[in-house]
Amino acid sequence: MTDTSNARDWAGQPPYLAPDYKSTLLRSPSKPPIKLPQTISEITGPVYGHESVTGNDADLTLNGRRNGEPLGERIIVTGRVLGDDGTPLPNTLLEIWQANACGRYVHKADQHDAPLDPNFLGGGRCVTDANGVYRFMTVKPGAYPWGNHINAWRPQHIHFSLFGPSFVTRLVTQMYFPGDPLLPLDPIFLATPAATRSLLIAEFSLDATESGYALGYKFDIVLRGRNATPMEA
Amino acid sequence: MNLRQTPSQTVGPYFAYGLSPEQYGYDFGSITGGDMAPPEVEGQRIRVEGRVFDGAGAVVPDALIEIWQADAEGRYAHPADPRGSNATFKGFGRFGTGTDRQSRFIFDTIKPGSVDAGQAPHLNVILTMRGMLLHAFTRIYFADEAANAMDKVLNVVPAERRHTLIAQPVGGNVYRFDIHMQGVDETVFFDV
Repeated sequence: MTDTSNARDWAGQPPYLAPDYKSTLLRSPSKPPIKLPQTISEITGPVYGHESVTGNDADLTLNGRRNGEPLGERIIVTGRVLGDDGTPLPNTLLEIWQANACGRYVHKADQHDAPLDPNFLGGGRCVTDANGVYRFMTVKPGAYPWGNHINAWRPQHIHFSLFGPSFVTRLVTQMYFPGDPLLPLDPIFLATPAATRSLLIAEFSLDATESGYALGYKFDIVLRGRNATPMEA
Repeated sequence: MNLRQTPSQTVGPYFAYGLSPEQYGYDFGSITGGDMAPPEVEGQRIRVEGRVFDGAGAVVPDALIEIWQADAEGRYAHPADPRGSNATFKGFGRFGTGTDRQSRFIFDTIKPGSVDAGQAPHLNVILTMRGMLLHAFTRIYFADEAANAMDKVLNVVPAERRHTLIAQPVGGNVYRFDIHMQGVDETVFFDV
């Protein structure tokens, strides 16, 4: 039979429908998901290791340069990727994307009236080492307005995408910064259950800070574990 | 379980240059895209395309669809599949609905084989978009597979909703699969 010890922790996840985040109204499934035992299709998953990262992929202050250095406050974002049993997950891919220091995304759909930075793309990739550790160099993203409600502003954040060991361990999330006054006003952050919200906020770390160069933030990420076995065929 | 799982947050509207930069024309490499099977991969060539509709019936132009599938012999390119896989076929594709004029997702791939005795050929799907705080899992089956009748996943889905999981051949090598977030044809999503 199926071992579901790596089940999604629904109680700690935001719901599909969160009315204060208006886009969820028409984009959330109205019916509950149907529970399935895990099969070989769910316990396997895409494998992207060190071969999927090249050159300056993990350094966003370098990988978008055209004619100079990107503007903004340089930061290091580092941490461990763990299974929910506490086991570090080595050799797993992280993909990140973020706004520039002015709060503007390179994406052409972003019409916020803030400058683009010709030397900053805002996309990066990194693979965890043998201890499950990742590290990005970037600039601190700016806050930006959005159309959810009058005078709505997104807190500063970095988007994260991870695979983990199987199809079901996939995670797409956002990392926030400590002390951001916009957090208690943000319907996306607030859609997260109160008990797990703090897991989305990085910690400032003097240990991770590079003296004379960049402030360090630590952000550990916990994925569903790898303990499932497939059901009998 | 010792640790709480990190909560999911929405992928937002601006994922393109981070997750699908080549498809959207950004100067940054992609790990994969909609073209999943290089010429040397063996198997029946198929295209799977479709659109995502919101609860008002509007086409969603900023969704991200990911496909995880077995090769033509039903083997996954992953260490948990003991049979080992066709090494040239990674089995993972990703496509955003923001580049096609009709806001379609388009995957050019091979038809997967049956992965075990209880399952018909299928593609495993992750769907996410702005307005989803948590990605959703679904599956794509093929209307021309007799094995659908005994598939153990399809058989736990209420009969009147099963059609939402089945891609229809529309000519040539193309299968059509639309995703409906709500309404009478609301796609079945899974808790796996």
